[in-house]
Amino acid sequence: MTITSDRSQAAGTPLVPAAPAPVPTEPAATVTFSIDGVETTVPKGTLVIRAAEQLGIAIPRFCDHPLLAPAGACRQCLVEVWAPGRDGNVAKMPKPQASCTLEATPGMEVKTQHTSAEADKAQHGVMELLLINHPLDCPVCDKGGECPLQNQAMSNGRATSRFVDIKRTFPKPIAISTQILLDRERCILCQRCTRFSEEIAGDVWIDLQKRGAQQQIGTFDVEVLGFAGEVPVGASTVDTSGRPFASYFSGNTVQICPVGALTSAAYRFRARPFDLVSTPGVSEHDSQGSAIRVDHRRGVVMRRLAGEDPAVNQEWITDKDRFGFRWQSSPDRLTTPLVRDRLADGSRGELRPASWFEAYGAAAAGLRTALEDGGVGVLPGGRVTLEDAYAYAKFARVALGTNDVDHRARPHSDEEAAFLGHHVAGRTLDVTFADVAAAPTVLLVGLEAEEEGGILFLRLRESVLKGTTTVYSVAALDSRGLQRLSGTLVPAAPGTEAEVLDGVVGDADEDVLSSLAQALATPGAVVLVGERAASSTGALSAVLRLGARTGARVAWVPRRAGERGAVEAGTLPTLLPGGRPVADAGARVDLAAAWGVEALPTAPGRSASQIVAAARDGGLGALVVGGVDPADLPDPALVRDALDKVGFVLSLEVRPSEVTERADVVLPVAPPVEKPGTFVTWEGRPRPFPQALVSHALPDHRVLHGLAAELGVDLGLDSVADVHAELDQMGGWDGARVDAPDVAPGEPPAVPAGHAVLATWHHLLDSGRLQEGEPHLAGTAKRPVARVSAATAASVGVADGDLLAVGTDAGTITLPVLVTDMPDFVVWLPTNSPGSAVRDTLHAVGGALVRLTPGAAPLAPAHDEEA
Amino acid sequence: MATTLTPVLSDHWDADRSWTLATYEANGGYRGLRRALTLPPADVVTMVKDSGLRGRGGAGFPTGMKWGFLPAPDGGPRYLVVNADESEPGTCKDIPLMMASPQHLIEGVIITSFAIGCHHAFIYVRGEVVHVYRRLLRAVEEAYAKGYLGTNILGSGYDLEVTVHAGAGAYICGEETALLDSLEGLRGQPRLKPPFPAVAGLYARPTVVNNVESIASVPGIVVGGADWFKQMGTERSTGHGLFSLSGHVTRPGQYEAPLGITLRELLEMAGGMRGGRALKFWTPGGSSTPIFTAEHLDVPLDYESVGAAGSMLGTRALQIFDETTSVVRAVTRWIEFYKHESCGKCTPCREGTFWLAQIMQRLERGQGTPADIDLLLDLCDNILGRAFCALGDGATSPVTSAIQYFREEFEAGCHTPADVLFPPERSALFDYTPRRSGSALAGVHA
Repeated sequence: MTITSDRSQAAGTPLVPAAPAPVPTEPAATVTFSIDGVETTVPKGTLVIRAAEQLGIAIPRFCDHPLLAPAGACRQCLVEVWAPGRDGNVAKMPKPQASCTLEATPGMEVKTQHTSAEADKAQHGVMELLLINHPLDCPVCDKGGECPLQNQAMSNGRATSRFVDIKRTFPKPIAISTQILLDRERCILCQRCTRFSEEIAGDVWIDLQKRGAQQQIGTFDVEVLGFAGEVPVGASTVDTSGRPFASYFSGNTVQICPVGALTSAAYRFRARPFDLVSTPGVSEHDSQGSAIRVDHRRGVVMRRLAGEDPAVNQEWITDKDRFGFRWQSSPDRLTTPLVRDRLADGSRGELRPASWFEAYGAAAAGLRTALEDGGVGVLPGGRVTLEDAYAYAKFARVALGTNDVDHRARPHSDEEAAFLGHHVAGRTLDVTFADVAAAPTVLLVGLEAEEEGGILFLRLRESVLKGTTTVYSVAALDSRGLQRLSGTLVPAAPGTEAEVLDGVVGDADEDVLSSLAQALATPGAVVLVGERAASSTGALSAVLRLGARTGARVAWVPRRAGERGAVEAGTLPTLLPGGRPVADAGARVDLAAAWGVEALPTAPGRSASQIVAAARDGGLGALVVGGVDPADLPDPALVRDALDKVGFVLSLEVRPSEVTERADVVLPVAPPVEKPGTFVTWEGRPRPFPQALVSHALPDHRVLHGLAAELGVDLGLDSVADVHAELDQMGGWDGARVDAPDVAPGEPPAVPAGHAVLATWHHLLDSGRLQEGEPHLAGTAKRPVARVSAATAASVGVADGDLLAVGTDAGTITLPVLVTDMPDFVVWLPTNSPGSAVRDTLHAVGGALVRLTPGAAPLAPAHDEEA
Repeated sequence: MATTLTPVLSDHWDADRSWTLATYEANGGYRGLRRALTLPPADVVTMVKDSGLRGRGGAGFPTGMKWGFLPAPDGGPRYLVVNADESEPGTCKDIPLMMASPQHLIEGVIITSFAIGCHHAFIYVRGEVVHVYRRLLRAVEEAYAKGYLGTNILGSGYDLEVTVHAGAGAYICGEETALLDSLEGLRGQPRLKPPFPAVAGLYARPTVVNNVESIASVPGIVVGGADWFKQMGTERSTGHGLFSLSGHVTRPGQYEAPLGITLRELLEMAGGMRGGRALKFWTPGGSSTPIFTAEHLDVPLDYESVGAAGSMLGTRALQIFDETTSVVRAVTRWIEFYKHESCGKCTPCREGTFWLAQIMQRLERGQGTPADIDLLLDLCDNILGRAFCALGDGATSPVTSAIQYFREEFEAGCHTPADVLFPPERSALFDYTPRRSGSALAGVHA
């Protein structure tokens, strides 16, 4: 773990080494020219405005954005340019030039407003024109205080306006979605938002309308644009021809808007920029590790913005990263430890607040009893920081003497554990965002890039648009996200992924499989496999076989922020920190020495499902549960049953949950904003973040340290510095790895009439607990639908838009049908959306057999909430 | 030496059903194509280069040179796009030409396409002129039926498809890159250059965009030869051109004459000023060209002379205004046009025309302020050369030139409405009650 320079110098091999600094590449050709008399040499093709930035010369601008294609629309960045003509004499260009569209050429002499009266006048003129139709309502505008228009009007504009006539006005504001609001009269029509939605996100839901001074950003009819089917949940006001703006990346348009035209409902009128304190952070929502900026005021987070990190998220984040933060300050936050007294008959009473002293004592007593009575299972959950995961891993082994620890609160398998131990653990930064961006071919297996890894989607799309990357996806259907990557679908019904992957052979363009085999053999090709692959027998083995066969590199892209760090930290039943196999005596000795204990438990532990089953059946005496929602596990009923039946439940939680409802002792822990920590991206890149808010809440590792002390064990993890010191000295494992899984493809089940195979993945915006408390964001989620092929729909007797009931013996989900081009006798449902809690309602995971029947109105109650 | 008319394009406009293919052929039509198909394409390009033909759409860029900018063939398609989006106030030459003799254009399109190696040409017609659109469609149909279009044209082995596309009625789509965007189905706004259309135009392929009259002049050059063409006009402004006289003249209309003719000569042919009144001001080439006054009557109407006199030849749209006209009122109408037609892409044009229009309207109402004239000039300075395309530049021309020649009328706009200084009914051909600002009755002013 390397966070500060002095520590990185002290340590040998950190457990999760920081990414090396990027090596600047030598440009193929350079251009030497001058700006304001300062000579500079830049790579050929550099825009004058970029070269000026490097020299520290500020040229005012609005439409220009380094990550968007030049537009030259606002004309604010005009400069005087002299350039050598055909005769070699340097002559002045007759008109001032927009420096944001002008490439530097050899011998060019650029004079900005600092040295040219003409450039200065041109900029003042444009600024005055920009302001004539601008309302100048800065005192009530959210952007006031951090507004490029306001700032540059001060630096490059006239003190007073000569405009005495009538301003153009619009009714205000338009709700482009439940979240994004547009004040058209503030808009200066720089087109950053429309260019973002076209060039970056690829969901063109807004565009310019009308012309002249009446030109405005508006929304178009989704039917016209061909987006039927994926409409947002929430209602929003429509303009003359409009429909709601629905995009997972829409918040970025608010951030890049150079005026206050685009605002978010979540932040509108909430704070002034000069009252905010900004702390850099890392998003806790996914394994992408997006850099964010947390803006808070008097101990309350007011908003989050995208941070800048060229190696990871560039300057973009998903709306979930941006708006999904209210859960951390929810009024129901747990603030004190809670202890539940047992009633006289042994049944559970009410939770009551307790002191830490009492709670630690009660927890230690409960665990001690359980250690006598079968042992304790540990379920840290997938949202832990690296530090906390490490504490859980060490706590289980040292304080509880068990390998019964598994952070995977989702469908998982032994095959996956072997895959993670063999291929993932200890191999940090093996495949990075940059590698993906540079890859000629990227194959996605069980991974819906837009839904399960927003930044990965944007990075892929950037390369696809550049024409350097071709995307393939082994999935049940050709999603809109895949279409926006111009991706090729390799259709696979759930459960048949391994069979399809094993069929990727050949060197001819006979069919999609052989051309894929060819494409993967190209140097640099990458296979990205999602966490869902764990629910398809043999898929992860087949991915490894495919990688070995074609030479393509394989990387694992989980959804949750803590998953990759937890693999490194060793919260798996077969894996110790740093990829050390539990089964390897040498690894155990190595780690025992590092931890200063005599020996580590030798028996491989139980997986999360086995822990739950054992707890229910009396095989375990207690459970230590972190941030786990029972509904995320494959069989939520089993989890609830286990929590009810097990002798003792200790819960470490931020907010009340189904676990705390059943827990004997609840120890409150800090959410990411109230603690320093590190998330590890799917690449294995450490993403340390500082504590944003002053808080008394303790991170999990400190709670576990205190608890271990109560059990008579010094965990040595009382501060984040302690954890880092230990991680830095721990180092990786250069011994034998866990054996690669080699599981044969599963036999797809026979599908009886009226049945289908279930395909499912999460929508980015769904019923996840970290999105609670943000109704504006929830309104931009995609409306849940059931997708089936036309033939399947016909066989059930439903048409597009009808209700379809998808059932198992456990329950039924009823959703509107969206007929989709996909394999027959497969039905797709969103995993955890309102009205479609697949695991909770159906007790089923992808690949399961489900019954299809025509649905009966009314809709499921969860839908009505949205109205 | 009096200049005489040189009807080439307008030669048989007076023939019965002049727009039919039969009439065109009876008047020597398609001889140029037959000749061109016997030549190597490069020779046709050379011939047009040698003729000195310059773009008739306004800018006057040498047509042959434009064709020569196309990169070497790479096997992919290359396109000819004819700009028939004639929308400039005063400009009215292409539409009469396409109405009276569309085959001139079609033959020019075929020869030009043959010369530049294009197999699919487009004619982008202004959307409002449905009658022209229909006539062009019929002309293309006739040409297909006679084998002038389609595959193996006249047995030469050369193939060409022609698509006539009607725009949606936007002045900006006369700007060539906006036209290409519109033709591609996108919002009609000018593109960033480079790349220029010759390199990446329609569908990002090499494209030549030419004006209707330029293309229609090509068959004559192929038949008559470059030297025949150069006999007309001046040394650097060769050939014939349609001069469109409109406004206060006795016989407004199209006068096809050699470049370099003067307005004095044209006015003589047109029967002089209407009602014998004195000429006050005129535009040499449409509303985007700075206005001239009576002192410019003898300026030869060629690119160089008009430029030297401080304006532009433009589209030879000679709008003639007599002494009854308020220059403030005329300029206000033009500025309202530019405000209405500004595409909105760039700040100077979008906001500048919006502001200019309000100031001009104030001056027309007699409610200007003494600072307004300097403000107008400064605003024009802030628009001219700062806008994304030439539309913004064009919007400033009438204002700055009108202030140059008629500053006192702008000064009068600070106290007297334009319709008091110049009652509109004096310009009328018959008695009527004009609409007045702020008053329903003629001659009543507060």
